[in-house]
Amino acid sequence: MLSSDLFNAATVLYFVSMLLFFVFLASRGKTVGLSGSIAAWCGFIVQTAAIGLRWKESYDLGHGHAPLTNLYESVVFFAWTIILIFVLIDLKYKYRVIGVFVLPFAVFAMAWAQLGMKMRSGIEPLLPALQSNWLLYHVVTCFLGYAAFAVACGVSIMYLIKTRCEVGNGKAKAGGIMALFPPTKVLDELNYKAIMIGFPLLTLGIITGAAWADYAWGSYWSWDPKETWSLIVWFIYAAFLHARITRGWVGKRAAVLSVIGFVATIFCYLGVNLLLSGLHSYGAG
Amino acid sequence: MTSTKSGFTSSLWNFFCSLKLTIFLLIGLASASIIGTIIPQNAPPDQYLKMYGESTIRLFSVLNFFDMYHSVWFMLLLYFLSLNLVACSLKRLPRDWKLFTEPDQAMDEQMEKSLTLVRHCRMPGSSVKLRDTLEAFLRREFAAPVVTEDNGRYYLFAQKNLFSRLGVYVVHFSIIIVFIGAMVGSFFGYRAYVGIEEGGETSVAYRRTPSTGHTESPEQIAASTIKLGFTVRCDEFSISYYDNGMPKEYKSLLTITDNGKTVIDKRPIIVNSPLTYKGITFYQSSYNRVPTFHFTVRDRKSGAQTKITAKQGERVSIPGGSFLQVIEYTDEIRQFFPQLSGPAAKLALIPPSGEPQSLLLLKDYPEIDLQRGGELVFTYDSTDYTWSTGLQVVKDPGVWIVWLGCALMVGGIFIAFFMSHRRIWVRVESGHISVGGAANKNQPAFEQFFDRLTEKLKAM
Repeated sequence: MLSSDLFNAATVLYFVSMLLFFVFLASRGKTVGLSGSIAAWCGFIVQTAAIGLRWKESYDLGHGHAPLTNLYESVVFFAWTIILIFVLIDLKYKYRVIGVFVLPFAVFAMAWAQLGMKMRSGIEPLLPALQSNWLLYHVVTCFLGYAAFAVACGVSIMYLIKTRCEVGNGKAKAGGIMALFPPTKVLDELNYKAIMIGFPLLTLGIITGAAWADYAWGSYWSWDPKETWSLIVWFIYAAFLHARITRGWVGKRAAVLSVIGFVATIFCYLGVNLLLSGLHSYGAG
Repeated sequence: MTSTKSGFTSSLWNFFCSLKLTIFLLIGLASASIIGTIIPQNAPPDQYLKMYGESTIRLFSVLNFFDMYHSVWFMLLLYFLSLNLVACSLKRLPRDWKLFTEPDQAMDEQMEKSLTLVRHCRMPGSSVKLRDTLEAFLRREFAAPVVTEDNGRYYLFAQKNLFSRLGVYVVHFSIIIVFIGAMVGSFFGYRAYVGIEEGGETSVAYRRTPSTGHTESPEQIAASTIKLGFTVRCDEFSISYYDNGMPKEYKSLLTITDNGKTVIDKRPIIVNSPLTYKGITFYQSSYNRVPTFHFTVRDRKSGAQTKITAKQGERVSIPGGSFLQVIEYTDEIRQFFPQLSGPAAKLALIPPSGEPQSLLLLKDYPEIDLQRGGELVFTYDSTDYTWSTGLQVVKDPGVWIVWLGCALMVGGIFIAFFMSHRRIWVRVESGHISVGGAANKNQPAFEQFFDRLTEKLKAM
């Protein structure tokens, strides 16, 4: 069994899980929702095994490094962290319908990684600049942070849809599919909670990145586009957290800010590598 | 007069204390920072000329967009953020400090109304006995309470994680510390660069300045020179490759001599493993292949031959009192002249008097210089290469202050986000017990805890 087969299996499982969640949204069948969750959990287990196997394969090839070193590996890891956060929320809050808005992120990431034409998916040895233990700490903290922001964004989109429908139906509680959505208050709270988890992780990610840059290049901060965008993301979520203290910045405005924050996060992760030039160029291949 | 002045001061104070300013500054900094990621920073002028029109370039220069993160207006934004941080903290601190110095220990009826979590129950026994039971209960289930008495009523007060109230101040303070560290680094440190050939040594490095695209004058070079105070020698530079041709390791062996004594002997430095001596750190940053050229000069009449060795740019004297200098070279001439091939060198032949003469020598066409018809005939024999290592030379005494700030920031964020100050009050009054609770964060979790606690109490 090769790790790439397992990655394909995980992609299929996530896809199935996403479809089940869509059916769940339409049919409101409890069993369908549960099977959607189970498919996601199975996919997560398979993908965890795949990442472990790929790690081992890199040792077999004589390279021996964590599978977090190019665009393909990072996209796959991003999907894994999104599902990890989703599974945790699923276990804690049991709002299955959140899967409808979170799983597509993971399915899209996995599909892009498996099918992307230009992406090199082979296990490659490490460039001198990447040969450091900081690699693991830096990438893991950043991506867990990104995943938390992805979940916050998914929940915020649900919030925005739900409030729009409720306004559309007059003041009355929306029925039908909307009844499956958690109450807006819960969605707002989940948005806040996800960002409360993402923000410290992003902070750690930026600091470990700075420490590594200082150790490798002698400069903890060079205003490189990647560094600057990570700071932009940090500023946006810092604004979100502070805006929450004042009245009026809960609910809709918080949800919009959360979506903007995630767009900036995605640009920081992909846009900088694919569109701008800088020190993080190894992430583009 | 004084009233208007104090009015102005207080409105200025309120302006800097406001959370609206914080949000404005954070969003402003985020938006402004985008500019510098799209416009290349500190690029050579001809790159900008290729990208933008002249009037755009003038506008961008006026706005400092080519080095925006060090511009006055960006610094001013950061400075305002710091002021805002300090002002907000100073405004809030006294209120939170009161929780430390004079906590509300007695829950009277008025305070009870301000709490959302309050439960009542009746229990048999005297007030003194109930007080002791409840004290033991709180100590066991929550935290050791403080007991006060007033008019035959007993008040118990217990709290947990009071210090978590300070988390937010630690985070704000840590940002100021990071800024201080960055300033210390920029005032007392430097970022420099030096290239050392294998076997060569240096006791200076050159400060990194934004490249102007022009060759630097001797004055500029002198101004950018930094004396290290010791000597660094590069004993060896090597590159190793993986089987697929990717570079695996860039390695320099460095020896440091201080006051004639060898203090560090042939220490290998690679990317991700620098060398620090006396607060100055050397990072493996780049490398260069330095060619050495071998020529033969033949006197056309006598046929006497002389071998000549030269580096690029070096003036070498040749028989007859002239000098030779390698101006340019290429490993493969075909890219310029498709009909030719092999290495080529462009030389300047500088006679003792008169104009220098330019000649092109091709290694694979030794007769080419015969056609020139000069008294001396040159042939290009071979090229040797030596490595030159490129070292980033950094002194940053502020970096530890920055790491201290970062550590405080992470610690502060965890305290501020995930620890909540929980308080429980109990009032005992002739068999009637009132319990109140409050937490400054994660209200639902505290509510569950509070419900369990009061259930246990009622079951007693």
